[in-house]
Amino acid sequence: MKARRSLAERLVLGAPWVWLLVFFLIPFLIVVKISLSQAALAQPPYAPVFALGDGWEALEKLKELSLAAYAGLADDWLYAEAYLSSLRLAAVSTAFTLAVAYPLAYAMARASHRWRPILLVLAIAPFWTSFLIRVYAWITILKDEGLLNHALLSLGLISEPLHIFASDEAVVIGIVYSYLPFMVLPLYNAIARQPPDLLEAAADLGASPTAAFWRITAPLSAPGVVAGCLLVFIPAIGEFVIPDLLGGSDTLMIGRTLWIEFFDNRDWPTASAVAVVLLALLVVPMAFYERSQMAETPS
Amino acid sequence: MSAAPLITFEHVTKRYGAVTAVDDVSLEIGAGEFFALLGPSGCGKTTLMRLIAGFETPDAGRILIDGRDMADMPPHARPVNMMFQSYALFPHMDVARNIGFGLAQAGQPKAAIAARVAELLRLVQLEGLGARKPDQLSGGQRQRVALARALARKPRLVLLDEPLAALDRKLREETQFELMRLQRELGTAFMLVTHDQDEAMVMAHRIAVMRAGRIEQLGAPRAIYEVPASRFVAGFIGEVNLFEGVVARVEDGLAFVRLNGLNALVCAAVEGAVGASVTLAVRPERMLLELVRDEGLPGVVLDSAYRGDTQVARVRLANGSLVRIARFGAALMPERGAAVRVSFAPDAARVLPA
Repeated sequence: MKARRSLAERLVLGAPWVWLLVFFLIPFLIVVKISLSQAALAQPPYAPVFALGDGWEALEKLKELSLAAYAGLADDWLYAEAYLSSLRLAAVSTAFTLAVAYPLAYAMARASHRWRPILLVLAIAPFWTSFLIRVYAWITILKDEGLLNHALLSLGLISEPLHIFASDEAVVIGIVYSYLPFMVLPLYNAIARQPPDLLEAAADLGASPTAAFWRITAPLSAPGVVAGCLLVFIPAIGEFVIPDLLGGSDTLMIGRTLWIEFFDNRDWPTASAVAVVLLALLVVPMAFYERSQMAETPS
Repeated sequence: MSAAPLITFEHVTKRYGAVTAVDDVSLEIGAGEFFALLGPSGCGKTTLMRLIAGFETPDAGRILIDGRDMADMPPHARPVNMMFQSYALFPHMDVARNIGFGLAQAGQPKAAIAARVAELLRLVQLEGLGARKPDQLSGGQRQRVALARALARKPRLVLLDEPLAALDRKLREETQFELMRLQRELGTAFMLVTHDQDEAMVMAHRIAVMRAGRIEQLGAPRAIYEVPASRFVAGFIGEVNLFEGVVARVEDGLAFVRLNGLNALVCAAVEGAVGASVTLAVRPERMLLELVRDEGLPGVVLDSAYRGDTQVARVRLANGSLVRIARFGAALMPERGAAVRVSFAPDAARVLPA
């Protein structure tokens, strides 16, 4: 009986590993393999191609693998610039998202118990509309003859339209808007679960409301800030749709570079190498996130 | 009590919607006094304490601390500190920073804070634990950190909100004596809020028994126990036997009361007009129980309990009412089912308003 239960347990525990193996590790290894191949005018557009019936020839084909695609990335400054510009745009967007999300999350967490579930639903309500449509909608808001410029012009605040659309600023606005719920929810969670008597204790010990916020509420929100920032920063680096729709022709982001290499240049090895390097870059903040999660769990 | 009270409540009322939590309370607490607010949950004692700390504002009346009206004084500007029932220790700060928090807020120099924190750690016997985080402490240690934090700023009054509720029985008793020692040595006024009559009786100089937002009785523990002002106070502070009857005659300052439902006269050293209905209250330890005498009220032992230092028996009288009798020491109690006589000395009874 015990042995059978442990088998069932092992199946249950093994399921996520099988999932990761089939849907993450194997595709990743395929991408790594393609990144080590060479572009070719063939179908598929790279060489060598391994087949099941290769036998000993597979060993010969192994010799054709090379780091040429990675060398190409290192040679051309364009790639490094794309990575750096992606990191910069993601970092700026994350900072703005935090600045917008914290007051929202704070107000939600301090709202009465009757209002909280309603506010939570409102915070995630944008997810009910297609992401693509919501980003498209920003074009009509931000473009030169768009809603924003119309409003500012008719209010007399500006005399000529602001050129926000098709710029890095538009990309930042798009990312802040799109990823806001991912920042709000962990922040809300971190603020709402702070016992209210901590603030009373701080007030009792002479802390003004401002001092109590900076000494108590803010440091205790740190796990939520870290979680929210990583949840925004990591996907924002590889973001493709937002820079493609809202960015200008000079907006350089790595997701776009990857798209161009893959679809326009049909250079699968370079596109794969771009993806592998991006993943390697992302592993660092993700490991940091894991560690912060571990530290948060009481031992 | 000294001439100038430390805390003065003048007709203070606090309402929450339809509920009046504190109802027209007037009260004075002296400097250096150990004062207890005692009552069942929902009696308004916690609200009264929060009014002093400034977390609530009165709907009517005034609260004075050292003669100054606290109406517009926010909590962080009041010369009182509170030890929270949950302790409310800051989880991200170590013990030393928790204790020093109030001093840092007051802008004291680092060296002065460190010296005061070390002094407080010694006072509450937590030397060497300054670098621990609250979640690395036992319940009793956390309690002492909370106490040290409340004492750090040398407040005029320390509010203790159910300070022992989270401790086990043995630790609770030790801590009671510890709090009394601290209060005596520091000379700071303590205000204890509790629903535990033992706690209040052991520690406080004066007790205010609260019920439904009002102070039912205010006095020294001995006075409250021995001369309870009402049925509620008598029942809330310790055990009490109640005998209802009508005064039949009065002789030499002794009232002879005919008990309802019993064809018996009892004699009590109380005031009372002939023909008046009275309720006599007698503490269990003042009850007499005998097997052989033919005087006293006949009854049957329902059950008895041996508690080591005391023994308790419950006796059912002919009218169905239960009488509780307590004995100290090892004297044997009659067994279950024994026919007994119960009585009390005339000076053991108090009259309670009906």
